[in-house]
Amino acid sequence: MATVGKNGIKIAVVGGGLAGLAAAMKIAEAGHSVDLFSVVPVKRSHSVCAQGGINGAVNTKGEGDSTAEHFDDTVYGGDFLANQPPAKAMCEMAPAIIYLFDRMGVPFSRTKEGLLDFRRFGGTKHHRTAFAGASTGQQLLYALDEQVRRHEAGGKVQKYEGWEMMSLVLDDHQVCRGLVAMDLKTLEMKAFKADAVIMATGGPGLIFGKSTNSMVCTGSAVSACYQQGARYANGEFIQVHPTSIPGEDKLRLMSESARGEGGRVWVPRAKGDTRAPASIPERERWYFLEEKYPAYGNLVPRDIATREIFQVCLDKMGIGGDNQVYLDLTHIPAETLDRKLGAILEIYEMFVGDDPRHVPMRIFPGVHYSMGGLWVDFEQRTNIPGLLAAGECDYSIHGANRLGANSLVSCVFGGFVAAPAAIEFAKNVERNGADSSALYEQELKLQEENNQRLIKQSGNENQYKLHEEMGKWMTDNVTVVRYNDKLKETDNKLLELIDRYDRISINDSNLWATMALPHARHLWNMLQLARVITLGALNRNESRGAHYKPDFPDRDDENFLKTTIAEYSGEGPVISYEAVDSSLIKPRKRDYSKGKQDTAKAAAGAKGSTLPPKDGAPQVLSQDTEQKPKDLSGPAVWNQNKEEVRDVNHGEAETRREQGKSIEDAGGKSDKV
Amino acid sequence: MSAQPHTHATPNRTQAATVEIRIRRRENTDAAQYWETFEIPYRPNLNIISCLMEIQKNPVTKDGKQTTPPVWNMNCLEQVCGICTMVINGRVRQSCSALVDQLDQPITLEPMSKFPNVRDLIVDRSQMFDHLKRVHAWIEIDGTHDQGPGPRMDQEDVAERYAYSRCMTCGCCLEACPQYDGDNYIGPQAIAQVRLFNMHPTGKMTRDERLEGIMGDDGITNCGNAQNCVRVCPMSIPLTKAIYEENRETIIHGLFGWLKR
Ligand SMILES: Cc1cc2nc3c(=O)[nH]c(=O)nc-3n(C[C@H](O)[C@H](O)[C@H](O)COP(=O)(O)OP(=O)(O)OC[C@H]3O[C@@H](n4cnc5c(N)ncnc54)[C@H](O)[C@@H]3O)c2cc1C
Ligand code: SF4
Repeated sequence: MATVGKNGIKIAVVGGGLAGLAAAMKIAEAGHSVDLFSVVPVKRSHSVCAQGGINGAVNTKGEGDSTAEHFDDTVYGGDFLANQPPAKAMCEMAPAIIYLFDRMGVPFSRTKEGLLDFRRFGGTKHHRTAFAGASTGQQLLYALDEQVRRHEAGGKVQKYEGWEMMSLVLDDHQVCRGLVAMDLKTLEMKAFKADAVIMATGGPGLIFGKSTNSMVCTGSAVSACYQQGARYANGEFIQVHPTSIPGEDKLRLMSESARGEGGRVWVPRAKGDTRAPASIPERERWYFLEEKYPAYGNLVPRDIATREIFQVCLDKMGIGGDNQVYLDLTHIPAETLDRKLGAILEIYEMFVGDDPRHVPMRIFPGVHYSMGGLWVDFEQRTNIPGLLAAGECDYSIHGANRLGANSLVSCVFGGFVAAPAAIEFAKNVERNGADSSALYEQELKLQEENNQRLIKQSGNENQYKLHEEMGKWMTDNVTVVRYNDKLKETDNKLLELIDRYDRISINDSNLWATMALPHARHLWNMLQLARVITLGALNRNESRGAHYKPDFPDRDDENFLKTTIAEYSGEGPVISYEAVDSSLIKPRKRDYSKGKQDTAKAAAGAKGSTLPPKDGAPQVLSQDTEQKPKDLSGPAVWNQNKEEVRDVNHGEAETRREQGKSIEDAGGKSDKV
Repeated sequence: MSAQPHTHATPNRTQAATVEIRIRRRENTDAAQYWETFEIPYRPNLNIISCLMEIQKNPVTKDGKQTTPPVWNMNCLEQVCGICTMVINGRVRQSCSALVDQLDQPITLEPMSKFPNVRDLIVDRSQMFDHLKRVHAWIEIDGTHDQGPGPRMDQEDVAERYAYSRCMTCGCCLEACPQYDGDNYIGPQAIAQVRLFNMHPTGKMTRDERLEGIMGDDGITNCGNAQNCVRVCPMSIPLTKAIYEENRETIIHGLFGWLKR
């Protein structure tokens, strides 16, 4: 274990992606100790997959970009479901985050003057995305990995790579006192004490079988927290990326930067046209995004692009009638493509065998990102005192839909906010007696029993086939287009799978470094989380961001401008709702067929409530639009806006029920499912 | 509506109805290695990972013997995390990007030989991460507080650094290097990282610490110039160039270090 730092504080960070490493770096820098857990060596975390870039309004192109504009784009893109104060704080910290990475040596692409270069991404009209070739996530993750290694060499960080967190250790007052983890080589389980635990375990893509996510992105760890009492928020908001490359083992992402650099989406105008793409003349091609959304063209936000592509294929207008459309870069000089998109084009070439510089790519939407995640307050604290969350595994920032290149920045921001909040908690938490060793032994025993039961269990069900079945049902019914009857059927299916789970047998008699037992544990947790996603979708009778129901095609702010909260019970998730903090930007209709300032004007005109914006300035009601990046120690802006609801006192050990009550009292409609 | 995988790859081998895969297995660190052969149905566009997943679902050998499922490491499946590296038909590479249509059958899969073999196709590469510690593969920033942007840089220098910064610690270069054998030579991967940081304007300021990391008995002078490393590096990192440049740096450092004494 890491040598205990000043005040004897030790914090466990679970996950070594961008969010986890950002938090670990901050805690170690503050002089405290970190135990860092990760299934894979942290340098191999899923964050390496991010290709496109990281957002921050630095305005190097003189387009009048500002952090306020970034904030407005983020909230508008998220269809107003995000709590606004943390989103604002993130956008304000973003330029400083990019600068910090620059100082840590990330080889960001440069302008002629030697300054950071920025590109355009979906859902904005500004060049706001810093990028390092086409492997930005890899470069950012490595920069943090290097700094954390430096702290590891200095004795502040102890890594547990190849260890999987299985459950939390909670005391009698539901305060988090540590965790139980399993060594994936020996299958040995151990309980670890911690003064606070930060979850940074990434997204749950594998619930959908094949997705663009890495293989460790099962959501299993957060599902374990949920089953121990942590609230899970907005689970139904799953982003399906418009452009992925269908494969046997996974869906490989074709980054949005391909469209950012001028890639055009089209299909032949004639149904079932089987000519080679190059021999189809311009006028016989249907550039459907450009036609329907003249203001944003191919760079409409993801949910819209996805739905349009999906619909085109449903109408059998896909290439050759199949589930495929073209993403075309062939009009751009190969040299430019190599310089700006080299790495992602190589991926296509490597896995498909065609050269996208000369042949248009064939793509189809794929499950990509979860906007939902563990419920956290504005300081990344979950409802379980001592348990925090950051990165893709928390629900904050992105609302109903995430903008491209906003995730990396939100992961780092989340880590940077969680670290001081965890230290603060650790300083104040009562340690006497409550963390007796019996507590740890008890949880350890429970987890060991769970393993033993699975090892002994026998039956004719195959865990990998159950996983496939779950993935297919979830992909077919709980992604782009959702119908209530299908959602109900899916939940019934999930219940059936949960029932069949008791009849799976671990097909590996050699338990040393086995993949079978960990997968079985993941599968259970995925099934639980799949229900949260499905029932959240069933209950939300509106369309908003990534959540689309043809039977309820409009956004319904009156009933659903609310965060969905799922709480675990033996019978399944209990769903309730919590008000969204929209104190800074008034919700307005999201319409990407117009420029954003037009929608702002329309909203202002209709409601007569705010001044019309000047020159595309956003509808930010706050005065605070200064450009200077905030310092990186964590935001302070939201204090004045903090809603009582979220101001749960984490220093005290409230019971979960009491906290749940305070949520309902605060106006959240409580729909039991 | 699920997506259909592409089916238009052009298989350049006679399409067999099945894929035959021989795997070099080991039960645990202390056990002996042995071979097992599997056969799975052929589909276009299979990669090695998909084959292993298929075998895992129902681990029966070609002769119908029930066996334990072979284990391997995988994560990103986009050849950027480096974890799924193994020796395929005698060549070290990532199994996610190894397409069956481009491989001769029977396909042989072996764990890398230069690292401790945990089980089947899984190896322990922690020595590579230890080397990164030894060569101080990081920039010594004063702190993470906001200090504005970093130094201005020429895009050409950035491009050169970018090439080195793509190293995913996969170990292919070490597996292929005739000199590398565990702890006798630090190897091209760490040396290229020294290059990456020594090229950076801030990194340069602590160059000496890094050079010392590659100057010991197991240091850079053990390179035998076989040039296998550049040939196998999946990220096309100019490893021999890095070795050349760092060799020069260490000689100068040795000279001046000696004068300074
Ligand atoms: C292909 C692709 C491209 C993308 N491109 C972009 C982009 O250009 N810009 C952008 O902003 N976003 C992008 N995203 C999204 C972004 O990459 C992710 O949302 C982000 O990297 C998530 O980071 P994280 O730190 O939350 O988690 P991850 O990087 O997923 O890390 C999770 C960590 O948790 C660990 N872990 C998981 N479970 C356990 C457990 N039980 N015990 C211990 N450890 C555990 C894992 O080992 C890992 O270290 C992309 C995503 C994909 C899939
Ligand atoms: S230098 Fe190349 S071969 Fe060697 S570890 Fe790095 S990526 Fe792999």
